Amino acid sequence: MNDYSITILTFIAIQAIVACGLNVIVGYAGQISLGHAAFFGIGAYASALLTTKGGLTFWTALPLVILLTGAIGLVLGMPSLRLREDFLAVTTIGINFIVESVFLYVPFFGGALGLGGIPSITLLGTRLRGPNFLYLCLVFLAAVLFISRRFTRSWGGLACFALREEETAASSMGVSPIRFKLLAFVLGTAMAGLGGALYAHLMRFISATDFGFTLSVSMMSMVVLGGIGTLWGPVLGALILGVLPEVFRPLIDYRMLLNAAILLLMIRFQPAGLLGEGSLLRRLFRRPGRDSAHE
Amino acid sequence: MNDLLLRLEGVSRHFGGLKAVDDVSFSLTRGEILGLIGPNGAGKTTCFNLISGVYAPTKGDIVLEGVSTAGFPPYRMAALGVGRTFQVVKPFSTLSVLNNVQVALGLKRYGGVLSSLGPWDTKASRKEALEILEEVGIGHLAASPSGQLPLGNQRRLELARALALKPKLLLLDETFSGLRHEEAALLSKLVLGVRARGISVLLIEHNMKVAMGLSDRLVVLDHGRLLAEGKPEEIRSDPRVVEAYLGKGASAHAS
Ligand SMILES: Nc1ncnc2c1ncn2[C@@H]1O[C@H](COP(=O)(O)OP(=O)(O)OP(=O)(O)O)[C@@H](O)[C@H]1O
Ligand SMILES: [Mg+2]
Repeated sequence: MNDYSITILTFIAIQAIVACGLNVIVGYAGQISLGHAAFFGIGAYASALLTTKGGLTFWTALPLVILLTGAIGLVLGMPSLRLREDFLAVTTIGINFIVESVFLYVPFFGGALGLGGIPSITLLGTRLRGPNFLYLCLVFLAAVLFISRRFTRSWGGLACFALREEETAASSMGVSPIRFKLLAFVLGTAMAGLGGALYAHLMRFISATDFGFTLSVSMMSMVVLGGIGTLWGPVLGALILGVLPEVFRPLIDYRMLLNAAILLLMIRFQPAGLLGEGSLLRRLFRRPGRDSAHE
Repeated sequence: MNDLLLRLEGVSRHFGGLKAVDDVSFSLTRGEILGLIGPNGAGKTTCFNLISGVYAPTKGDIVLEGVSTAGFPPYRMAALGVGRTFQVVKPFSTLSVLNNVQVALGLKRYGGVLSSLGPWDTKASRKEALEILEEVGIGHLAASPSGQLPLGNQRRLELARALALKPKLLLLDETFSGLRHEEAALLSKLVLGVRARGISVLLIEHNMKVAMGLSDRLVVLDHGRLLAEGKPEEIRSDPRVVEAYLGKGASAHAS
């Protein structure tokens, strides 16, 4: 594989991590979020600042970055998740624009120039580049998938499924709606924070426009395309949306249009996504006797 | 009396100008089956929503085991021992029938984030959920997606989920309607069995034969107000009750 393909795959792995986080919020807990890129950005800026101005290494900064992103998710989610679905959609878009503006206009965050000089990641004394950086991202992706799976198998995950399906009934069975929506939101935003940190140290230079609303829409397209609420859906979605424009070069200029079109087409014709319940793919490759409702 | 479980004290709930429940008081003792009857729109379901915390009362108080619970959210009422079914069934549609019951089995786990991290789909929880489904007679449907069941079976699933909460107070909102005779008979026996375990049952039922047959006492609502209260035989011969029903053309149910 050449350097270029490796870079593309690394991007895909990072986006898959972030999309998995969105899937926890949207797929498992059924909460619409159209501002996920904001938390990706918060992770990236946090890691960039901690490693440049804060003097930490990627590794010592990472736990702080994940905690911080999750904490900001908690604070922003607390008022938002009490809102009705349509207001939540608008609020999360708003969060995305506000966060982007803060990065863009507050000098501390580098303003329009962005943040540069972000150190690369070293592991056991060697600087991770090319394929090694990709492997690191894949290891983190595996961890995120593992946590997602654990979550769906925990009582908290089941509580989220119940809330997604019928909030009043779930509440009457002891599920506090706000507590478990927040749990999913914090978990999902923390995953976005992890993805952001990897992104910052891959690029070594970040700016506010990397984390705009269009990216949030792409993330949503990945989740919906792959299969909302499925374990592997976000990964498949990230892979397809990442590879398509590379295979069909002219698509690169229409990336945004492609993402939006896929989002709308999937919602219209295959709302469960490629890997969802009752989808074409699933009917083709049915594994008998497996209950996939909570994967 | 210390075997008092639930008391409504002058409870009202208004929706805009409509007094859905208007200054209603009644109480329920441990192990009692109380029938809540009245014509369509009388405010029965609204009473359930008040007791289970779905709505807060506009006025008045609700006291469960000596604790004033007016304004408590549903998940707190569930934790305090109130289990309910919904007249308009509310299954977790994409989950299987079994998984629906397992949600209710998690009641004790949802109290804190840490306790909710344990695995839910264990052998023990599957077994327990299946036993409850068998009790209500839909054990054979455990693997079906709950959203696609016929209404009668969805009502039985409602009951199974409420039972899985191991409540002190069970609220049944027209759980018997739409069931065949022998299915209803099975559930009647089940309700009597539940009561024998000391659980109190508050029961909304349009079928007078079922309501009169099961209930120790009846409370009659009409236009949000408490119209009458008493033993089935007293209610049956109460002229106000007969009038309320005749006026609504529901007398056919009473025959
Ligand atoms: N959320 C609500 N908003 C506005 N009005 C409501 C609401 N819930 C109930 N009502 C009204 O309150 C009144 C009582 O309704 P409720 O559902 O309690 O009656 P019910 O006795 O259960 O009737 P039924 O036998 O038909 O189920 C009705 O007029 C109903 O339209
Ligand atoms: Mg009703």
